[in-house]
Amino acid sequence: MKPVYLDYNSTTPMAPEALEAMLPYFAQEAGNASSIHSFGQRARGAVERAREAVATLVGARPAEIVFTSGGTESDNLAIFGIVTHSPAPRKHVITTQIEHHAVLNSCQALERDGVEVTYVPVSTEGVVDPADVRRALRPETVLITVMHANNELGTVQPIAEIGRIAAEANVYFHTDAVQTAGKLPIAVEELGVDLLSLSAHKLRGPKGVGALYVRKGTRLRPLFFGGHHERDRRPGTENVTGIVGLGRAAELAAANLATDGNRAAALRDRLERELVARVPYARVNGGQAPRTPNTTNITFPFVEGEALVIALDLKGLACSTGAACSAGAVEPSHVLTAIGLPPEDARASLRFSLGHETTGEEINYAISVVPGVVEHLRELSPVYQKPAAAK
Amino acid sequence: MSNATSTDTIVVAMSGGVDSSTVAGLLHRQGARIIGLTMQLWNQRRLPELAGDAPVAHRCCSLDDVYDARRVAEHCGFPYYVVNFERQFEAAVVRPFVENYLAGRTPIPCAQCNTAVKFDELLVTARQIGAERLATGHYARVSRNDATCRWELWRARDAAKDQSYFLFGLTQEQLARTLFPLGELTKAEVRETARELRLPVAEKPESQEICFVPSGDYAQFISAYLEEQGSAAGETSGEILTTEGEVVGAHAGVHQFTVGQRRGLGLSTGQPKYVVRIEPESRRLVVGDDCELFRDTCEVDEVNWISVERLDAPVRAEVKIRHRHEPAPAWVEPVPERPATGEENDGMSAALPSRRVRLRFDAPQRAITPGQAAVFYQGESVLGGGWIR
Repeated sequence: MKPVYLDYNSTTPMAPEALEAMLPYFAQEAGNASSIHSFGQRARGAVERAREAVATLVGARPAEIVFTSGGTESDNLAIFGIVTHSPAPRKHVITTQIEHHAVLNSCQALERDGVEVTYVPVSTEGVVDPADVRRALRPETVLITVMHANNELGTVQPIAEIGRIAAEANVYFHTDAVQTAGKLPIAVEELGVDLLSLSAHKLRGPKGVGALYVRKGTRLRPLFFGGHHERDRRPGTENVTGIVGLGRAAELAAANLATDGNRAAALRDRLERELVARVPYARVNGGQAPRTPNTTNITFPFVEGEALVIALDLKGLACSTGAACSAGAVEPSHVLTAIGLPPEDARASLRFSLGHETTGEEINYAISVVPGVVEHLRELSPVYQKPAAAK
Repeated sequence: MSNATSTDTIVVAMSGGVDSSTVAGLLHRQGARIIGLTMQLWNQRRLPELAGDAPVAHRCCSLDDVYDARRVAEHCGFPYYVVNFERQFEAAVVRPFVENYLAGRTPIPCAQCNTAVKFDELLVTARQIGAERLATGHYARVSRNDATCRWELWRARDAAKDQSYFLFGLTQEQLARTLFPLGELTKAEVRETARELRLPVAEKPESQEICFVPSGDYAQFISAYLEEQGSAAGETSGEILTTEGEVVGAHAGVHQFTVGQRRGLGLSTGQPKYVVRIEPESRRLVVGDDCELFRDTCEVDEVNWISVERLDAPVRAEVKIRHRHEPAPAWVEPVPERPATGEENDGMSAALPSRRVRLRFDAPQRAITPGQAAVFYQGESVLGGGWIR
């Protein structure tokens, strides 16, 4: 059997249609989108069509879409762009404890520059309480940044409610929608966000390209300086090929959103139900919260998630645990710690994330292989003997 | 390699160096099913002030080493993973290392790492992911003695590279699951094999220092670690006395010294003085002449027996008291460990073999150092070993 990939939150294979759309722009249509001549004009046309597609996916106007190198750059541009543009002598940022490192480490860098940051906690189900965000507001607050859905748990945050709080307080509001763009319907007006990050490779587009929605009238300082590309917000010759791929992937995602979502949810629910039923002590993290349809995070007490991921990979099932550090080793998950899991349970948790290509057969395989592997790990685990003997 | 069979899956502990890479390459060429694992043991972002001038490539668990190991795996085509053992390494190796130095002892973290991390935690992970055995790049030999039904640990064929001293703590269970494919090879042959296998690390230089202290400056590491942990580093300073009891100076911390050390005492006495003894309770450093460093006896704790199950009567052995020490002939005598309860010694303690021995060397040995290992050899075979009290 072909290895089964259940790590779509990490990255997705590209849609064949996106690949096909990109191919001409590698060689035949190699114009620079800023050039005056016909070659440049055709590239420009392709970039602008992609901009429309991305704008449509999130309910924005094309002029509000800035292409970047990906989710991390989008998050950095939003956060540093807003905070460093503000002339206030004292600045304060509100975020949560479960953000992606692109946001968390940006906030920590700001802290080193004297900006104050509040990391709002989340519930045991992995959801932030808008009231906590409201309480964290200060006169000097310049930005609220809260992810749309968490990458490890899939839990969807009450963005629209926080959007209203931000609007009342007249504070800029950014959301990292890398895990929801293409999975959940997004309308920036309804969410009340001023900035929204998304990434192509999480929605069946190519790696190395993303976008930031910037509400019209929002003032932000660019990260880079150069030419006047992207309305002075992101200089550098446009990655035409990548942008075309993102545009096509955005179109496909918009068209398939409901069908893919329902299908993934049904498969995910079955996977979750069966694993919890078949593996003693297994429990779902964030299962009571609204979630992206494709994600489940399950604790298998008395195992090391790292060993479990390796053992499953060797059996042809790819999933993930925690966050891989630069070396590839697993570091304890700040998200699972934030929802109150003790360290040993945080280390014993796995994320399965499904995608467009996931089949029922693949889910059957996962259901058949995981319980046995967990049992094998437990048999060899010094810590499992105790609860077993105590029973 | 008498305990290798072709049906086994074998985990190779890979550091990214030429030795463990060659092990992987050799086993892979022999057709064994192997999985490469690299242990992430220490986060080099911790204690960044220690990085100093040490080149990045020589720092512990550097990305370069992981990259090298990964390239070897890709080159040969076997699965490879990095596993995070930072937590276990700190608890089992780094903290005891610091505590030992503060207690006036001179620890050997590599031996501790082998016993408590590599052949314990890593072996568990190896078995969990479907391997029955663990192969490492150590220069030593392991074999089964069918007469005694014991797994034996033997010196490497290449005496200059022999690492059996660091492996004395391995239990029978651990030895039974261990492969040391380099035990029969010389270092030159290993390099040659690496070149033959076209391993990308074939020309990589050796690393010598303790992996988490790449600068070799233990005192600096200990101070930085204690500071990170929020405990005071300065409290180990004290007086320097001669063996006659005369105070001749002061020192900045017992953890900066080891028995036999001459440098760093800052004494202006006529004759060269050496650390003869460290008294951690009073934080005193006792110094004396070179001749005062020689002892013909010491006690060894927590002995792990390898070629025998236990020791009931004195035996002859050649004893190595530090890594670079020519084994010295001695009597190894069992010392009954006092039962904790005192009187009720009616056969109960006899059931538990003593893990303490007294060594009586034929000739006095220089600088027998508490915290180092004493490993007892009988010919090429390791009888057992423990920690010098």
